[in-house]
Amino acid sequence: MPKLKSLDELRKLREQVQEDITTRVETGTTIIVGMGTCGIAAGARETMRVILEELRKREIEAHVTTVGCIGMCMREPLVDIEQAGKPRITYGNVTSDKVPRLIEEHLIKGNVVNEWVVGRLSG
Amino acid sequence: MRELSLHLLDLMENSLEAGASRIEVEIVEDTARNRLTISVSDNGRGMDPQTLERVADPFFTTRTTRHVGLGIPLFKAAAQRCNGDLKIVSQPGVGTRVVADFERDHIDRAPLGDVPGTLLGVILSHRQCDVRFAHRFDGRVFEFDTRRMRQILGDIPLDHPQVRVWLEDYLAEGYRELYGGRDTGSRAETAL
Repeated sequence: MPKLKSLDELRKLREQVQEDITTRVETGTTIIVGMGTCGIAAGARETMRVILEELRKREIEAHVTTVGCIGMCMREPLVDIEQAGKPRITYGNVTSDKVPRLIEEHLIKGNVVNEWVVGRLSG
Repeated sequence: MRELSLHLLDLMENSLEAGASRIEVEIVEDTARNRLTISVSDNGRGMDPQTLERVADPFFTTRTTRHVGLGIPLFKAAAQRCNGDLKIVSQPGVGTRVVADFERDHIDRAPLGDVPGTLLGVILSHRQCDVRFAHRFDGRVFEFDTRRMRQILGDIPLDHPQVRVWLEDYLAEGYRELYGGRDTGSRAETAL
């Protein structure tokens, strides 16, 4: 079973990350994807997949978390971006094709993509 | 839903909503018997017989934010279209077990699709929950338990960005091996 090898890698990774944690505490960015029935049906899993791909490709360190239905089903897939010291922005109808632009504008350039915003929560 | 793994994600989200701290998933593909079985067992709050009876009704949901629950009825219909069925056993305070069974090569049987994506969606949930997973494909198996991963990681969370990248690769590799070097579940299936 090659799985053992992989879990060994996880063990090594733990040591690396632990050293890392002592110098750098949090990533400061969390991306939250709605994953209730409504979100899943609207393509939220693909949206999450492309978010993960983009983060990896652009070497951005961010947390990604999924949540259940929050009752805004017609606006799914919903994606929230939370950054330290900034208001939390909720984007609606974020199908996977919109993700590259969202990451580029919001995370790299620091601009809110106003036309897709459905909610703001001040930090 | 276009993929069975999306139904699986929906079922696992139900388990999370039911407060489960552990979900056990088993996918069995048996080409000789021509069956495909997906089962999800959780230790969530469970359902009483009355609730269980209504759960296959598309106009029933326990959610208060929305009034139509389509997850289970859709999955059941998908199974029944393929000479299979969906069964639920549940006990309040103990948990719920859902088993969906399909004729594997039935023309209407949707592909499994992106099972690793489904697993990531659940493992990255803000509701922390351990997943024990096994996918059996004839003689082969890909299995893991996130509890074991957490033991190795100690105080580092599974959703730490670097751990997540490892997890993405681990799941992709597990599936490649399960299907004998091919890339994803869905593609391998059509190749068989």
